[in-house]
Amino acid sequence: MAALRRKKKPKTKRTVPLIMRQGTVTPWLFVIPALIIIFIYIAYPTLYTGYLSLRNSDSSEWATAACREGETCWGVFENYRYALTSDVMLKSFRNNILWLVIMVPGVTAMGLLFAVLVDRVRYEALAKALIFMPMAISFVGAGVIWGFVYDFPVNPDNPNAPIIGILNAALVSLGQKPVPWLSSPPLINNLALIVVGIWLYTGFGMTILSAAIKGVPDELLEAARIDGASEWMVFWRIMVPLILPTITVVLTTMTIFTLKLFDIIYVMTGGNFDSNVVAVRMYQEMYINFEAGRSAAIAVVLLILIIPVLIYNIRRFQEQEAIR
Amino acid sequence: MNPQTRERLNKILGRIPLHVVIIILCLLWILPTLGLLVTSFRPVQDVNESGWWTVLSERGGNVAYETYCASCHGPAGDALPAADLSDPEFISQYRRSIQISATFNNEYDGEIHIPEDQRPNADELATILTALREGAEGEARPRFWLQNYIDVLAGYRGRLTYAADCEAGNIIPGQRECDFLTDATVSQAAMGRAFINTVIVSVPATLIPIFFAAFAAFAFSWLDFKGRQALFAILVGLQIVPLQMALIPIFRLYVDVGLNGTFLGVWLFHTGFGLPYAIYLTRNFLGSLPMEIFESVYLDGASAWTAFTRLALPLSIPAIASLGIFQFLWVWNDLLVALVFLGGTNPVMTYQIGNMVTSLGAGWHLLTAAAFLSFLVPMIVFFGLQRYFVRGLLGGAIKG
Ligand code: HEC
Repeated sequence: MAALRRKKKPKTKRTVPLIMRQGTVTPWLFVIPALIIIFIYIAYPTLYTGYLSLRNSDSSEWATAACREGETCWGVFENYRYALTSDVMLKSFRNNILWLVIMVPGVTAMGLLFAVLVDRVRYEALAKALIFMPMAISFVGAGVIWGFVYDFPVNPDNPNAPIIGILNAALVSLGQKPVPWLSSPPLINNLALIVVGIWLYTGFGMTILSAAIKGVPDELLEAARIDGASEWMVFWRIMVPLILPTITVVLTTMTIFTLKLFDIIYVMTGGNFDSNVVAVRMYQEMYINFEAGRSAAIAVVLLILIIPVLIYNIRRFQEQEAIR
Repeated sequence: MNPQTRERLNKILGRIPLHVVIIILCLLWILPTLGLLVTSFRPVQDVNESGWWTVLSERGGNVAYETYCASCHGPAGDALPAADLSDPEFISQYRRSIQISATFNNEYDGEIHIPEDQRPNADELATILTALREGAEGEARPRFWLQNYIDVLAGYRGRLTYAADCEAGNIIPGQRECDFLTDATVSQAAMGRAFINTVIVSVPATLIPIFFAAFAAFAFSWLDFKGRQALFAILVGLQIVPLQMALIPIFRLYVDVGLNGTFLGVWLFHTGFGLPYAIYLTRNFLGSLPMEIFESVYLDGASAWTAFTRLALPLSIPAIASLGIFQFLWVWNDLLVALVFLGGTNPVMTYQIGNMVTSLGAGWHLLTAAAFLSFLVPMIVFFGLQRYFVRGLLGGAIKG
């Protein structure tokens, strides 16, 4: 990852090489087409969504129009009252937080574990490919894969109904009752969904962290081992501090992935049984409830949550440029 | 044993736990996918009757027959000539399992047919009957078949064989000839059609952003213009703007200009959200090339255009390959954009599968086949070009 490729070159004052001066018009001819497309598809819609979030459900009036007398109202920010305080949204936020708290460290830890383990064996490439494979397939497909793992018999009261979901089959063979994994709110089904997320993204974390681990000089580790440090200490005292920047990258990246998560939940539970998240809610407000204003407000909230990472990324980029 | 061999042996033994842990984790990781793959090739009845992990063991019906009936009727069912269970004509009298269970209280030669406590339950009896019927008709169903794929490609939900049903006039899409290929590519409900749509969406949605990104990236790395650094920093930030921000405005815009439901609309949307990352990745690559080579072409009197087409483009092929594969898989696997801008007008595979899961509740035999169809291309790309894909993914940031 970018943080790894940071090259330590001597700092020189940045001057534009003569060679790059190709007139004032030519460079713009190269960038303008891309900039126009980006403007139409990212910049303008972002502003427009911000505006829509202050309008009512069909954008015909200001959101104030939705206010009822005698009820709390945030005036033109009425949609934000919904986005930030309504029951449905609070539940979605709670679920998003659950996802963040479990999936982000989960992926990082699993990724690190795999990266450290496979680093020591000869079939590293094969093992990595197997772990990484889920990243190549669609989340929808992953939803089908795991829906089948979690399958619950249609008529659970019949003790002889065949059990074709492998997880419940394992439970039953241990003498337990089958569990309706995806419709047991709020903890079991959300955890079941988060497991899918971890399964999908661990390969991502592993690949990035593995590259970082390979960058740690062997002599350092050897020296510590000769001094009598245990593997455990070598890992925590030397390896982890050295790859900390990369771990941060994985954490921030996963945070963004998690906030924007849509497909898994949309396909596996449709947000039912208390498993909704913000991104799915945004879609539902727009295309099921036809509440454009609310939907836009949710999108804006999502963006605001992401902005700190956005700024951090730009900062990091500028630091890298400075030492380039 | 000399100390040296002992030490080596210890070392090998000491590593066994490591291998065991890795192998168990890897197996755990592929197990779910394996289940999907196996199930997609199993006949419907088997899928619903038994878990995919039992695929290689004896079928439930046969096992139950062995347990409950074989002792008197014989392993082949023909031990009692007056009740020859392997005779198709005889067994066809018993269409439903209830009719068999009704005979259990009969007395033959003073002995009750099957004593109360030795009877199979209703489910087991149903599987026995299926097994008997298949055995009698001499065409036991295979353990694996391609029928699920045929059904799902033609958008034909779960009757036994496409061709036979079609000739009998039962085919769903209409009264055409029994042309499987046509049905698969025309029927809205079909994965065949969706597969083609996915290709139509993915290829241009990969090429167009790369095209524009190459130009812009060249300018950002090897041409000087005002605000270059600032603009680029903005692009870095834009990479992670969630595409949710654009859905409503672009949806409305598309309704106004008639781009809703069109491929062009989706290509452009993916271009818009693909560009920041594409430019970023390509620029980082181009920018890392040595300045001398550009110096030399300019000194030879080349224009910026020549430097771009003759030098920068050919040199950045590896970066473009990574980017292309990454963007291709991204678009191929996308659900949200396809859902909003194409919907059912031009359904793609992810949309179709999502629909099968949520509204139609198609059986697992069809769902798994559909899902695996959608994995086909990504898997080939992934295992064939893994190195490029990883590079594209890890190139520095994340996208919308
Ligand atoms: C204890 C021995 C025994 C077992 C066990 C047994 N059967 Fe029978 N079954 C018989 C005999 C004896 C007859 C009568 C044959 C005759 O008519 O001479 C018979 C007759 C039948 C008939 C014809 C019934 C009729 O009256 O038309 C059917 C159908 C049948 N068995 C099915 C089964 C099935 C299915 C099972 C296993 C679930 C089974 N049997 C288990 C002994 C057995």
